Amino acid sequence: MKISTVKDILNAKVLCGEEELGRHVYSACGCDMMSDVLAYVKDQAVLLTGLVNPQVVRTAEMMDMVCIVFVRSKQPTEAILTLARNAGIVVMATDMRLYEACGRLYINGLQKDEVKQDV
Amino acid sequence: MSEPLVFHYEVDGSDFTSAGTASVAVKKSLRQLGLPSEVIRKLSIAMYEGEINMVIHANGGTADVLVTEDYVDIILKDSGPGIPDVEKAMQEGYSTATAEIHSLGFGAGMGLPNMKRYSDEMSIETELGVGTTIKMRIHMN
Repeated sequence: MKISTVKDILNAKVLCGEEELGRHVYSACGCDMMSDVLAYVKDQAVLLTGLVNPQVVRTAEMMDMVCIVFVRSKQPTEAILTLARNAGIVVMATDMRLYEACGRLYINGLQKDEVKQDV
Repeated sequence: MSEPLVFHYEVDGSDFTSAGTASVAVKKSLRQLGLPSEVIRKLSIAMYEGEINMVIHANGGTADVLVTEDYVDIILKDSGPGIPDVEKAMQEGYSTATAEIHSLGFGAGMGLPNMKRYSDEMSIETELGVGTTIKMRIHMN
């Protein structure tokens, strides 16, 4: 799924990485515990979280994740966005809660394992 | 590459927000060296968890990364309180971290298990009141 499609499905606002919206994500993880993210996620994934601190970006960077979505209208600081820009990670924010955001991506074809066919 | 390449980092224990900067730096350096991406990812996740642990539990420490042709070693050394029960600490879900650390997204009891998961060999030397040294090795193949 293209990151631009993730944006549309979640009605999200892009906060940085606008130029990377054409990249693809193949799985997603909705989680507030970063160690759980570090245990399970595959690369080229999108991370959805209600946690807002620099460790979210570092966790995504360590996992080679390409997109972070902050849920429940959480706004990251400029320092967090700078870290994300340096790591080439797209950051967006949505009004949706974590459960709804994950659910909408899931029913639109972004499931836990690699999606064979692009949607 | 006959002599191992060595990277040395000081891990600042006073500031949680900066935890992980050494792992980010090492990841960039290893990418420039052209190491396999799977090796880099395993190494950087294992080191990142170790760094977070050093900041949470031990007020920082040092991280050394040795790169050879066949493997990469990570040596994390701190002068913290030591680990009273290593077997327990290795269990997924067991954590002694505070509620404050939980609110920052860590302390789920996955740190040491993740370090073991992503390294091919791991050893822990710890002494109460003296400190902990963790060695992890990741093979190139």
